[in-house]
Amino acid sequence: MLSKRIIPCLDVHDGRVVKGTNFVQLRDAGDPVELAALYDREGADELIFLDITASSDNRETMVDVVRRTAEEVFIPFTIGGGLRTIEDIRRMLRAGADKIALNTSAVKTPRLIQEGAHAFGSQCIVVAIDARKTAQGQWEVYIHGGRTATGKDVLEWAAEVEALGAGEILLTSMDRDGTKIGYELELTRAVSRAVSLPVIASGGVGTLEHLAEGLTLGEADAVLAASIFHYKEYSIQEAKRFLAERGILVRGLV
Amino acid sequence: MIGIVDYGRGNLRSVEKALEKVGFEAVIMASPNELSKVKGLILPGVGAFADAMEALKIGGWIEPLIQFAHSGRPFLGICLGMQILFEVGEEHGEYAGLGLLAGRVVRFPAGRKVPHMGWNSLELEQSPRLLEGIPNESYFYFVHSYYAEPADKGDIIATSDYGVVFPAVVGKANVWGAQFHPEKSSPWGLQLLTNFGKWVNENDTLSGY
Repeated sequence: MLSKRIIPCLDVHDGRVVKGTNFVQLRDAGDPVELAALYDREGADELIFLDITASSDNRETMVDVVRRTAEEVFIPFTIGGGLRTIEDIRRMLRAGADKIALNTSAVKTPRLIQEGAHAFGSQCIVVAIDARKTAQGQWEVYIHGGRTATGKDVLEWAAEVEALGAGEILLTSMDRDGTKIGYELELTRAVSRAVSLPVIASGGVGTLEHLAEGLTLGEADAVLAASIFHYKEYSIQEAKRFLAERGILVRGLV
Repeated sequence: MIGIVDYGRGNLRSVEKALEKVGFEAVIMASPNELSKVKGLILPGVGAFADAMEALKIGGWIEPLIQFAHSGRPFLGICLGMQILFEVGEEHGEYAGLGLLAGRVVRFPAGRKVPHMGWNSLELEQSPRLLEGIPNESYFYFVHSYYAEPADKGDIIATSDYGVVFPAVVGKANVWGAQFHPEKSSPWGLQLLTNFGKWVNENDTLSGY
C-alpha cells in the first residue's frame, strides 16, 4: 500500500543552507547537496528546496545546486521560490529537479500552472498555498512569503489549481508557521477533502505527535518539517518509528 | 554502454546520474542513429501515452526501438516508458503502443486519489535477475494515473496495491518495464539499475553481436 511521506524542507540562500547547519556528520554543513544526501541516507521520502534568495541575479546558483543534487540524491526533490515563467520551470527540471513549486506566481499568473502541467506533466507542478485563518472554517490565500493578502478563499483556490492541472498541494498555515504547536488540522483536513490531489501539510510542527496528527486527523498525504529535523530534535528514523507505532504506514525503517 | 532514449519526455539526467552512481556508463541518445553501439537501452518517460508515441514517431524511434527489442539486448522501460511497451493505451482515447508486450494500459478506477504518487511496496511474483537482492515488500517511488494490464499474466513480475493490485514490474525475455522510477527510489531502485547494468554487460559477453 501507499505509504505516508516525510519531507524535510531546506531553505537555501545564495546556494547555502540557512538552517540546519549543525549536523556534525557533514563536511560542509552549509552545502545543500550534502544535507540533502544525508536526508536521503536517513530515509527521507522526498526533499523540498526553498530558494529564498531575494535577488534574481543569483538564480543561476540555484540551478547549480539542483544539478549537483541530481548527482547525489536519488529520491524525488522539489524546487520552489522565485519561479515565474515556463522557462524558469524548464531550467530547474532540466537541471534534474523532479517537481517545482509555484506560490506567488501561481496566484498572479494562474495559466502558468496550466502551461507547466501541459508542457511537463501535472506530476511535477506543485502549488504552494500559504493560508491565514479569517473566520471559523475560512482561510485566505497569502503571497509574497505571507506578507500580502490576496482576497482569495483557500478552498476555492485549491479547487481552482486542481482544475488548472496542479499535481499536488503544499499547504502552509501562516498562523502556525514557526509556532511548534502543531499543524492546523482543520485547515489541512478541509483542503484534503476539497481536492483529490495529494496534500502536504506544513507549518507548526514541533513534535512527532504533530506529524502523526497531520497524517491522521489532518488527512494529509505527506508532512513537511524543517526545524525538528534540522536542529536534530528528531531524526527521520525516529519520526518513522514513531509513526509506525501509531499504525501509520511508512517506508525505509531500518 | 547503456543508451537512454531522449524524445523530449522525462527526467533523463536523473536516470543517467543514477546509472553513473552505481558504476555504469550511460549515454543520452537524441536520435536512433547510434543504437547499434549500445548494449542496453532505457526508455524513460513522463506525460501522456499518445504524446509520447507521437514524439517517438517524429523522432523516427518506433521501428529502431522494435528492432532493438528483437536484437535480444536488454531493454528497460520506466514509468510511461514501460506503459508504451504495450499494445494499446487508453489515455485520452485509444492509441497504439510499441506492442512489445501484449496487453493494455488503463486508468485507475474512481475512488482513490489520482495520480498514484508516492512510495509503494512491491509484492514479488517472480524472482528474475532484474530484482536480484531486492527483498519482498521493498518500497519504490511511483507517479502515474494509468497502469498496465498484461494479456499474459506470466509477464507480471511484481505487483503493488493501490486499492487495485496492478503490475509494478513486467517483463518477457529481454524486454522489461518498471512502473515506478528506479532512479528516484533509493536504495532499492539503485539495486535494480545495478542489476540491469550487470545484465547488459554480461549479455554483451554472451551474445557477441
